[in-house]
Amino acid sequence: MLIVDLLLALAALVTAGQCLLLPGLFRAVANLMAFGLVMALIWVRLEAPDVALAEAAIGAGITGALLLTAAGQLPASQRTLQSMASGATRWKIFIFVMVVLITGSLWMTVLALPKPGLVAEVAVVLPDSGAEHAVTAILLNLRGIDTLLEVAVMLCAVAAIWSLQKAIPPPALGDAYPGLPTLARWLHPLFLLTFSYFLWQGTHAPGGAFPAAAVLGAGGVLLLLTGSIVWMHQGAYNLLLRWLLAAGLLFFLATALSGLLMTGTLYGLPPRFASTFIIAIEVATALSIALMLMTFYLFGRPGRRL
Amino acid sequence: MRELLGAGFIILGIPFFIASTLGLLRFPDVYARLHALTKADNVGLGLICLGLAVQANSIAVALKIVLIWGLILLASSTGATLIASSALRHGSAPRRRSDKDTHADR
Repeated sequence: MLIVDLLLALAALVTAGQCLLLPGLFRAVANLMAFGLVMALIWVRLEAPDVALAEAAIGAGITGALLLTAAGQLPASQRTLQSMASGATRWKIFIFVMVVLITGSLWMTVLALPKPGLVAEVAVVLPDSGAEHAVTAILLNLRGIDTLLEVAVMLCAVAAIWSLQKAIPPPALGDAYPGLPTLARWLHPLFLLTFSYFLWQGTHAPGGAFPAAAVLGAGGVLLLLTGSIVWMHQGAYNLLLRWLLAAGLLFFLATALSGLLMTGTLYGLPPRFASTFIIAIEVATALSIALMLMTFYLFGRPGRRL
Repeated sequence: MRELLGAGFIILGIPFFIASTLGLLRFPDVYARLHALTKADNVGLGLICLGLAVQANSIAVALKIVLIWGLILLASSTGATLIASSALRHGSAPRRRSDKDTHADR
């Protein structure tokens, strides 16, 4: 297996290098997607299948397709990156020093971590956390504030995309490419099944809100791009869309505050209700994240401005 | 016995992947490359999935592996159709037999 690990590490380095060094935006994006897939395989080798799934779906799939669309919208003159070979030696030295500094400080942090990790501490509080699986307990209860901020970052990304331009309606594919809308519609039940499975699995095994949302979001993006979801583009549903997008974050925040009221600490979920809270937060955040991933593919602000 | 049978199927599947990769690298235009990729990969992947399914510990795992093969068949055939029809509309025309073979002297 050492050979497989070495090949994976080599492939990650090669795709990352090609992404940075080869000229042309298209090549860079294609290599970035390949890099995401290699990273997903590396996560599988590290026995973190939930991270692998999120990396493959979000890192390679959703980000890659967004970047491809952005590259396609650029005028042809801007699609080749300008090389910074001439007169940039000072910058190169600066960048080199920065890379060494950041790598060094990251390495120092890794060395300073407690050696056996926090596994024992987590195992002690696991019965009170409301989840049977340590990762879910950490994500949604013990370090819930981190997850809350991650969802907030994604909401900010939606706001940034909406502030750039108006939404681009999907092209009418029906006559030219009849296979794609049919495939998207036929496969969607399977996406829903996988989503529910990951959510249910999250309480006792690797899985949970983020991988589930990645799967549902991917299926939704497929439907959206083939023009099967019309309501997201209509002004009448704009307010509803905004509330649905914010719902996961608001619900998360409400549980955090109710924890403050009931136990005196922010996020202190009382152990008796913790498992109910965790399931509710998981469903709400997963649905909101899936909707946010789909909203990225409106490529802008839908409908009329309210 | 099952181990051996599974390994046999997997080894049988590998040449298809090698052949389709060669085709992707050496064939002259989009359509021929798609032909090589989709046809050969589907058979190769089918054989490898069959090998893994034979080695699986339970029927459920075996069925899941076969399901993966079916899903990839659906996705790759739809993707190949999309790429081919998009290339036909916006890109190059397929090579005809009468066209000069530019790769003949390589």
